[in-house]
Amino acid sequence: MYQFSSKLKMFSIILMVAGLLGMAYGFINVPKDTHAMEEILNAQSQGHDTHATADSHAKKDTHAEDSHKVASHDNAHVGKDEHQEHLEHVLKQYKNKPWSAFFITAFFFFMLSVMVLVFYAIQWASEAGWSITIFRVMEALTAYILPGSILMLIFLFASGFHMNDIYVWMGDHAAHDELIQAKKWWLNIPSWLIRSVLYLAGYNIFRYFLVSNSLKLDATKSYKTYIRNKNIAVGFLLFFAVSELFLAFDWLMSLDPHWFSQLYSFYVLASMLVTAITTIAMVTIYLKSKGYLPQVTNSHLHDLAKFMFGFSIFWTYFWFDQFMLQWYSNQPEETVYFVPRLLGAYQLPFISMLVLNFVLPVLILMSSDFKRLNWFIMIAGLSIIVGHYTDIFVLIAPATVGDQYSFGIPEFASILFFLGLFIFIVFRALAKVPLQAVGNPFMTESENFHY
Amino acid sequence: MSHKIVRAIYDDDDVLLKAVKEVRDNGNHIEEVFTPFPVHGLDKAMGLAPTKLAITAFIYGLIGLFFSVWMMNYMMIQDWPQNIGGKPSFAYYQNMPAFVPIMFEMTVFFAAHLMVITFYMRSKIWPFQTASNPDPRTTDDKFLMEVTLEGNEDDLTSFLTKTGATEVSIAENHDNH
Repeated sequence: MYQFSSKLKMFSIILMVAGLLGMAYGFINVPKDTHAMEEILNAQSQGHDTHATADSHAKKDTHAEDSHKVASHDNAHVGKDEHQEHLEHVLKQYKNKPWSAFFITAFFFFMLSVMVLVFYAIQWASEAGWSITIFRVMEALTAYILPGSILMLIFLFASGFHMNDIYVWMGDHAAHDELIQAKKWWLNIPSWLIRSVLYLAGYNIFRYFLVSNSLKLDATKSYKTYIRNKNIAVGFLLFFAVSELFLAFDWLMSLDPHWFSQLYSFYVLASMLVTAITTIAMVTIYLKSKGYLPQVTNSHLHDLAKFMFGFSIFWTYFWFDQFMLQWYSNQPEETVYFVPRLLGAYQLPFISMLVLNFVLPVLILMSSDFKRLNWFIMIAGLSIIVGHYTDIFVLIAPATVGDQYSFGIPEFASILFFLGLFIFIVFRALAKVPLQAVGNPFMTESENFHY
Repeated sequence: MSHKIVRAIYDDDDVLLKAVKEVRDNGNHIEEVFTPFPVHGLDKAMGLAPTKLAITAFIYGLIGLFFSVWMMNYMMIQDWPQNIGGKPSFAYYQNMPAFVPIMFEMTVFFAAHLMVITFYMRSKIWPFQTASNPDPRTTDDKFLMEVTLEGNEDDLTSFLTKTGATEVSIAENHDNH
């Protein structure tokens, strides 16, 4: 049995409290109206006097491409009207900031634990033998799905009830926008909320049955339970494969409602799957360093590291595929996605995450010997997790806060809060059950697994 | 240098793997093992040095990567810039995304082919090479272990029989593998 040490518990609670305070500050600190907004912008341009001209040029460029200005650029506003409109636009982005920070991190941790469940279900469905010794780690990581989906629901309903302007297609502009109107049969608030609830309910129900059956197996050791859980895992994978396609469309791709990409859902899947496997490896290494999980050898970690290596390349493949096709065809409605990311304000995170998500993991984890060393897995894992957080940030932020993005207190606080909650939930779940799934028929195979 | 060797034939890979460990524990030197298929763990049991093929594959991959960079630069930028889909063709870095698939393929092509050729050369398998396995049955269902003969002939023969060998014979070895 694992003991949730009071030190770690204290640490996670401090993270949560600090995060909550920071997030509350973020929500309170938004500018109230356009006058307050103007003052902020004036203060900014005085602060950056030296490159003020370059700044305003860059702002104009990205502004024209911004998907927020959907309807209004046909009627040419001039002078004061345009200035006022710009202020309102920037004010919306500023108001979105704390919500966007919440959304990015909530989605990151929620999807991470769903992907752990996917990886876990793959082990069941394929009757894998090697991974049984780390089953309890995976099960504990999926415990976050329930609180994670509640927090996601809070955000989704807040968006659905117009408490923020994260989704443009929900806003006032959408009524004059032909493209959004054409998608209205799918993208409308009631059905969007119903679908979201369905995804979340589905993942929670499947998680409940998969994990409770696995625990039941410890006592019964019956073959029937094993086969039943295998069938549930297959059912979950089918449900997930379909629901994730729509989930990524509804929650993320609809942020840029004019833009579309067919492999977007797979891109999100690849990004979060490699993060999930990395998290499994890192938690396993942490537990091993505390003296738990003696059955887990470096052969098991070697296999996890191989998945980290492989899925990092898998992610890069999608990243580049999506980019190259749209770069080559050069259609305005497609390039609108890449302008803020590749050329605009997000250039640095967009390019640097390639180093974190591809170059570093590939070089660090290429050698077979390095995959067996915990420190190398930890370094590569840190790079992967930071890189894929950046990835989610760059997926969401350009559409919600545009070129007004910054990485300040609300963003940092949301990471602290969700990380603290994640640690608290996962390790509390880990402490509740024995660390080895002794009832699994493949337990011996897993213990004797060696590469 | 010519010396005497003992050839022991086994008919099961698990028995062979166990026998290899026993023979090495007994202090005998195993010169070579011939098997009809790759036996997992045999290299470790025989105490062979880990393969350096992976390092050569990495180097070949890098060569392929740089070759493709040079090749596309020469073909598409220097020698005859072509306007494909209006993409900029006067600077390598501007047109680079279009070359990434070629860079990838060349890396794989060089790594794979040169690695196979290296493996053949290292294993002394080249055209017109005659088979070096002493017994044709090792291409079918038998495993053959060659042990250097040191000390008493009969002792070693009976020891090998005890490890599970179905046949044991003595031969002269003329070349060093």
